Amino acid sequence: MSGSLGGPHGPLDLGGPTHLRPGGPPLARRRVDRAVIQSTSIALVSSVIVFGLLGLVVVNAPGWPEVRNYFLNPQWFNYSLPKIVDAFGVNVRLFLIAEVLILVLAMVIAVMRSLPGPVFFPLRLLATIYADIFRAIPGLLIIVLLGFGIPGLGIAGVPTDPFLYAIIALTLVYSAYVSEVYRAGIESIHPSQEAAARSLGLNRFQALRYVILPQAVRRVIPPLLNDFIGLQKDTVLVSYVGVVEAFRESSIIQAAHFNATPYVALALVFLVVTIPMARFTDWLVTRDRRRFLASAR
Amino acid sequence: MSAPVTAAVSAQPALEISGLWKSFGQLRVLQGVDLTVAEHEVVCLIGSSGCGKSTLLRCVNLLEPIDAGRIVVAGEEITARAVDVNRIRRRIGIVFQSFNLFPHMSVLRNVTLAPQKAAGKSKSQAEVEATELLERFGLADKRNEFPDRLSGGQQQRVAIVRALAMAPDLLLFDEITSALDPELVAEVLNVIRELARGGMTMVIATHEMGFARDIANRVCFLDGGVILEQGAPSDIFSHPREARTQQFLERIIEAGRL
Repeated sequence: MSGSLGGPHGPLDLGGPTHLRPGGPPLARRRVDRAVIQSTSIALVSSVIVFGLLGLVVVNAPGWPEVRNYFLNPQWFNYSLPKIVDAFGVNVRLFLIAEVLILVLAMVIAVMRSLPGPVFFPLRLLATIYADIFRAIPGLLIIVLLGFGIPGLGIAGVPTDPFLYAIIALTLVYSAYVSEVYRAGIESIHPSQEAAARSLGLNRFQALRYVILPQAVRRVIPPLLNDFIGLQKDTVLVSYVGVVEAFRESSIIQAAHFNATPYVALALVFLVVTIPMARFTDWLVTRDRRRFLASAR
Repeated sequence: MSAPVTAAVSAQPALEISGLWKSFGQLRVLQGVDLTVAEHEVVCLIGSSGCGKSTLLRCVNLLEPIDAGRIVVAGEEITARAVDVNRIRRRIGIVFQSFNLFPHMSVLRNVTLAPQKAAGKSKSQAEVEATELLERFGLADKRNEFPDRLSGGQQQRVAIVRALAMAPDLLLFDEITSALDPELVAEVLNVIRELARGGMTMVIATHEMGFARDIANRVCFLDGGVILEQGAPSDIFSHPREARTQQFLERIIEAGRL
């Protein structure tokens, strides 16, 4: 293989005095290009082989015809997709509203946990208990307990709309996680930044507001987006308390026609919505790392 | 350059520290420091690393709570119980070894933040004043840059301007050239010289002995948590009385720093 990359008599050795050739860099770049093409084609070939073999195994499995008909039926796919996309609007509304509430509530919790000194001990304690409880209990249980429990009390004036309790439950659960993300961000800002702010006469709140939090939030955007990817997927859990969203819609179709293709259709919808977000998050992480390396130089 | 030490006797001192004690856990850093600084006086603190120079400055800025003693700034006891620390800090500027600029803000914003938020100035007024200061220290063309685009010397000059923007009565410098590449030290020291000419009262913790000898009205040698010896630079550097001072200066000369 090395011969093709330009050995003494390889294709790259065009002869002639080397110092008259246009500089070294173009040559080096051509060599890099070749290496990229080579590794890409190897990756391509090995992927085709691996996934081709896997595909063959699946297609030749004894139960494949039934599975194909039950999960991958084009007729039911075409029938259910528009309905599911329609119902997915409920999921989108759920996570958009919840995300805004989470960003606010989690920030309050994180700031409460970061307050120094004995005076603030009760606030710190409260915030810690909150974060512990809502990270300990499975989200589904919180949704069910709130969604059935509170309307079940039958107190006059207390709303019974399951959508409302779904949002409250998701907000409570995810704020506990997101507050930890914020807190990690706050703690990652060197104390000298607060010292500098306070030394100029800014009070504790101003130092937090103008100096600490802007830096902390910027640092935690990637993990924050990760949590939001989780939240988007977890919106299907609220179907348990009677919110007719995309998963409930899929189950209804599945139950009525005894065909699970709607689930596959829903999975596709999630892929389309979530993968760009995941890619975006990864891109942010890579960019930040590069920036960090650049500034550390 | 050696203004009379007796200047401290006239008028009200700009800074008066008496019996200052400070420990970190078991470690006694300051063990009864007394120091008086007259208005317009430049005092350099010298001493080996860990002798308490930085801690002393941080105590004066109320960044560290003190264990015992009194600190009086222009007649007001700032270590008294009920003082508003934010108001006190507005009158006392401090510049740190590691610059501590706010990395998410432009140079201009770094300088105008405190005048706007802590001193309540309008945005336009703060920006006019900041621009004037930046111009005075040769940083006008950097006003919209972010700190990571500046050299260490430029960053430290911005940090000085940021402290000056609050128009402090007293400026503290905490080894502000220690984190700089040697060729960048001069531009920062020149800023301090300029401030000294303008009559700014300054307390400077430094390892730059040549600079201390050049600029200080008085040099204080810190050792064992107290000011062991103080006097005019010519006395301290040429005829140190204490054995510890002599040792310290000998080591400095060995290292080629004086």
